[in-house]
Amino acid sequence: MSAPWATIRFILNGEPCAVHAPPMKRLLDVLREDLRLTGTKEGCGEGECGSCSVRMNGELVNSCLVPVIQAEGATVQTIEGLATNGELHPLQKAFLACGGAQCGICTPGMLMAAAQLLDVNPHPNIAEIREGLAGNLCRCTGFMRIFESVVKAAANESTSTEEQAAHAR
Amino acid sequence: MTTHAKTRIVGTSVPRKEGADKIMGRALYVDDIEREGMWHGATVRSSIPRGLIRSILYDRSIDWTEFTVVTADDIPGQNIIQLIVADQPCLADGKVNHCDEAILLLAHPDKHKLREAVDAVRIEYDPLPPVFTIEESERRNPIVWGTDNLFKSFLLEKGDVDSVWDTAAHIVEGEYRTSAQEHLYIENNGVIAEWNIETGVTVWGSLQCPFYVHKSLLSVLDLPEDKVRVIQTETGGAFGGKEDYPSVLAAHAALLARKSGHPVKMVYDRMEDLAATTKRHPSRIRHRTALDLDGKLLAMAIDLATDGGAYSTLSSTVLSRATLHSPGPYVCPNVRVRSHSWATNTVPYGAFRGFGAPQAIFAVERHMDEIAAAIGIDPIELRRRNFLHDGDTTATEQLMRDPVILDQLLDRALAESDYDAKRARFARENPNSPVKRGMGISAFYHGSGFTGSGERNLNSLAGLDVTPEGKVRVLVSSTEFGQGTNTILTQIAAESIGIDYDDIAMAPADTGIVPNSGPTVASRTSMVVGRLIERAGLQLVNLLREHAALGKHFTRDEFFAACERYRALNGKVESLCRYEAPPDIFWDDQKYRGEAYPAFGWSIQVAQVAVDTLTYSAEVEEFWAVQEVGRVLNPALAGGQIEGGVAQGIGYALYEKVLLQNGHMANNQMTNYIMPTAEDVPPIHVFFEQIPFQHGAYGAKGIGELPHDGPAPAILNAIRDATGIGFRAIPLLPEDLFAELAAQLPAEEPSAV
Amino acid sequence: MRGNAEAHQMIAPGSLAAVLDLMSSAPGEWTPIAGGTEIMVAHAAGKPVAEKLVSLWGIPELRFIEDRTESIAIGAAATFRDLRAHAAINADWPLVSRASSWIGSIANQSRATVGGNLVNGSPAADSSPAFLVYDAEIELVSSRGSRRIPYAAFHTGYKQNAMAPDELLYAIHLPRRFAQHRQYLRKVGTRRAMAVAKVALAVTALLKEGQMSEIRVAAASLAPFPVRLVQVETALLGQPINSITIQPARAALLAEATPIDDIRSTATYRRQVGANLLEEFLIKLRTGDASK
Repeated sequence: MSAPWATIRFILNGEPCAVHAPPMKRLLDVLREDLRLTGTKEGCGEGECGSCSVRMNGELVNSCLVPVIQAEGATVQTIEGLATNGELHPLQKAFLACGGAQCGICTPGMLMAAAQLLDVNPHPNIAEIREGLAGNLCRCTGFMRIFESVVKAAANESTSTEEQAAHAR
Repeated sequence: MTTHAKTRIVGTSVPRKEGADKIMGRALYVDDIEREGMWHGATVRSSIPRGLIRSILYDRSIDWTEFTVVTADDIPGQNIIQLIVADQPCLADGKVNHCDEAILLLAHPDKHKLREAVDAVRIEYDPLPPVFTIEESERRNPIVWGTDNLFKSFLLEKGDVDSVWDTAAHIVEGEYRTSAQEHLYIENNGVIAEWNIETGVTVWGSLQCPFYVHKSLLSVLDLPEDKVRVIQTETGGAFGGKEDYPSVLAAHAALLARKSGHPVKMVYDRMEDLAATTKRHPSRIRHRTALDLDGKLLAMAIDLATDGGAYSTLSSTVLSRATLHSPGPYVCPNVRVRSHSWATNTVPYGAFRGFGAPQAIFAVERHMDEIAAAIGIDPIELRRRNFLHDGDTTATEQLMRDPVILDQLLDRALAESDYDAKRARFARENPNSPVKRGMGISAFYHGSGFTGSGERNLNSLAGLDVTPEGKVRVLVSSTEFGQGTNTILTQIAAESIGIDYDDIAMAPADTGIVPNSGPTVASRTSMVVGRLIERAGLQLVNLLREHAALGKHFTRDEFFAACERYRALNGKVESLCRYEAPPDIFWDDQKYRGEAYPAFGWSIQVAQVAVDTLTYSAEVEEFWAVQEVGRVLNPALAGGQIEGGVAQGIGYALYEKVLLQNGHMANNQMTNYIMPTAEDVPPIHVFFEQIPFQHGAYGAKGIGELPHDGPAPAILNAIRDATGIGFRAIPLLPEDLFAELAAQLPAEEPSAV
Repeated sequence: MRGNAEAHQMIAPGSLAAVLDLMSSAPGEWTPIAGGTEIMVAHAAGKPVAEKLVSLWGIPELRFIEDRTESIAIGAAATFRDLRAHAAINADWPLVSRASSWIGSIANQSRATVGGNLVNGSPAADSSPAFLVYDAEIELVSSRGSRRIPYAAFHTGYKQNAMAPDELLYAIHLPRRFAQHRQYLRKVGTRRAMAVAKVALAVTALLKEGQMSEIRVAAASLAPFPVRLVQVETALLGQPINSITIQPARAALLAEATPIDDIRSTATYRRQVGANLLEEFLIKLRTGDASK
């Protein structure tokens, strides 16, 4: 009763990519197993924790819920594609400077969600930051320094008033 | 004294040592790793809470010749997971004592076939009557563990509580309950095991204590020490949930690797991790307290019980810490704590940040507010009148030799939170608002490091070496799992030697490479292990000065040149130090008296809570944490620890419930085990006072667990302030608030139109 | 991950006509999958999932939002992000925008579709109460043609609906007539984000000369499927808005609601909170506050 595999073609981190896989195989597993890009993580398999977040066609998605056949023709970005030409994304720099990562397991997904947020809304207020990251669970940080990191990256500079704003509701 | 010395690197927020890999997605967690020829492993688990295994049938729909099957009969050594008491089997042998207990193991190259095979093992049981609660266990009928269901008990006594009841002006009683709590690290438990007939077994895994796992594997596999090697992989959160459990998982994977002849990866999915691994001990704590007319404590009689689950694992040490934290940060001449840890037929409970203190502190800090209400004294004032100060003794007669600045911390917490003005405002606004607001506090200490003679018994060894490539390596078995081990230990090394942070690296947490610096638990890493690294750095410089012509002042290049000269003489460049107990730490394990901990972290936490009387939901609107934890080694990391601990404590109080049905966790999915999201956590304000501790690295004391001790009572005290109702059990869910609040409304008659 | 992708067929014919042909050639054999936010969760949990799946993702004929002046037509594969981003939805059907913002998280909103939410038919579905109080119409399509039914008639039982085995949910139509209505929508969940509704209440009401001349009340998790609370509506229709109206309306809700105890909450809590939400709406109405 084994189902026919399909060849799925998409753009991954700017490069064309083709995989041969069961059409229902999760995009998460295709990334991690077929393509050996292990930066995207599985935390729950239910679309609740966001550690599998990637960007597909300019939108944030939980790759654990995407059957790979639905990535046909898509443009996909993972954490491995966030830095460009060896230059860290401002969010990555901000996470390093502000302590936005502790154990790091939620970090790839969190960075994807934060990058998506800033692409859609370059100057989010704290409520918008909270909403943008609400689908990414972090058990270590209590989120405070993640918010600070996003504020810093959005401002692209470090001022204490912005960091204080991150602590407001 | 280095504790007060000015420092270059210690005390600054240098970036996280392994941060670059984490933000690039390059850090390798165990499930990111593949080994050549690797198979996968899975576990067949009990579906009943207690009973005898009558038969195990392997359904014919599966070709079992493709699989490796491991049962208790395949264990070459002892079928025991070595922790404290030898009662937990590695694999159930003929009987089970909890739902989801591991009975047998399967390995196969294909994960999907493995899944089908797990479902194709049919086990038949002869069930026995199970016990699910502390009360049921206390009845001792049935006996489900040992001769009396009792894992451990303690009696802590000071003075004579019974001399006081008849004459005390006030006596207040209360019972408080805390439920289980799940760690919910975002990375599930996982290991890879490899077996080689010559070199023995190697295990890679997500774990806190490589040497705990090492010790456990020796007896299960019947191997000598040099034939077992345990290597920690990048670990995605732990919080105590990877302190003891990995010993179980590692043994399972090693048995499969040994029998199959292949490396075996076992990584749990979320449903399995939630259902089958350790959680925080539930507790029931009863207080009976006598006070004089001025509200000064005369006697505290405390009856403390925990539910340990089916096997004792760490229940005795959790009970110990709970006992020692149960009287709170107060002076009381007469104290009696009777504590018991009971066996039930549920998944064994284990270590979780705080380790008994959150339970104990929830009870005493809620009780203080109940006392305040009962005798008509403001809860802040009540605490001030009873706080420990320098020169006072605790319930174990430990003299507070180091400064105790609770008053100062309280003053700061009240000022920062604008406590009085807010309470006044809420008192005005609440009557006309469906949302009732309140403020609540908690005051507490957390003992840093192991209790009593624990550190002496650990006898930790740690230090530094220098590679020929010009890198100083920190040699510890202390692990990084987000809390900052790598960063602070390399900061300390850089500081004590006098070179740059970037010149220091961590040696891999590999039992084949590093000495045993003890487990990464009990908030001991900065204070105890950091101190060993500090000493090792100074020792290294002395060695180089003595034997390799290193000058009094030196540049980085001169340092490494001296190292090479030393290497030419000695073959290696290494500096190790063994733990030395502080001179005045005496602890009597029998009488439960003396210096329980070498140092204490002190804290006041304040919660501002809003209770919506339409939805019966309580939310924390804002939170303040003021603490004194000795020298802050890295402000960003320290702040992050407090914020994360507070967030977990908020979850403990208001969101996280483990729903057991017949002893099995029914809500074992993230959609149904609720932790606060980025939209739920309040702004958390963190303030440190610093009083360097002379025996800790550069003056540091423990910090990691302290912040999880206080949020639950502060929050429920705030809810009492807001609603007038004193809730005594957590988690406090809207359905629980509803039951009380609705009881106060006139009954409504539903009627059809 | 407990499901086995190799045990399932999934095809993506890429056009509506091709999907309908497939479904009519083998009615009930092929289960449509849109954004996968329900099916893929069940698959990963090892729960039974249809062996044959036909993907609706990326079919432009299904993913549209068309403003037709008197009404708006929302294609079944429109995602909740699509809804939130649409100016006319935000302006004229604000309860739909609000409900869309409650679906899961940003990542879930990018993939969860209106059609999926309705066909999955959970009693807790986030978008359903809003659609019910906006008098939505469902358009179903098959190779035999298309038909419309009121959304209020779509759900027929717990996770059961009025669709024939060869039918696909094509669109949902909302009349543009609520500019003067007072509107209310509130959801109560386990936390502020990523929460399945314990209870939710939606209301649209038209006031004429201080009396309720039109009223629609709908709820999540107060019945085996999303429902209009018709007895509550009867209790309020033609009534003036004063404190006397509140008690009978609450009583009607308490009688009409049939919530259950489940893993998330209790029947008594849901019923009581449902009544409290209704009262909140009525008080807002009285104080001139209700348009949210």
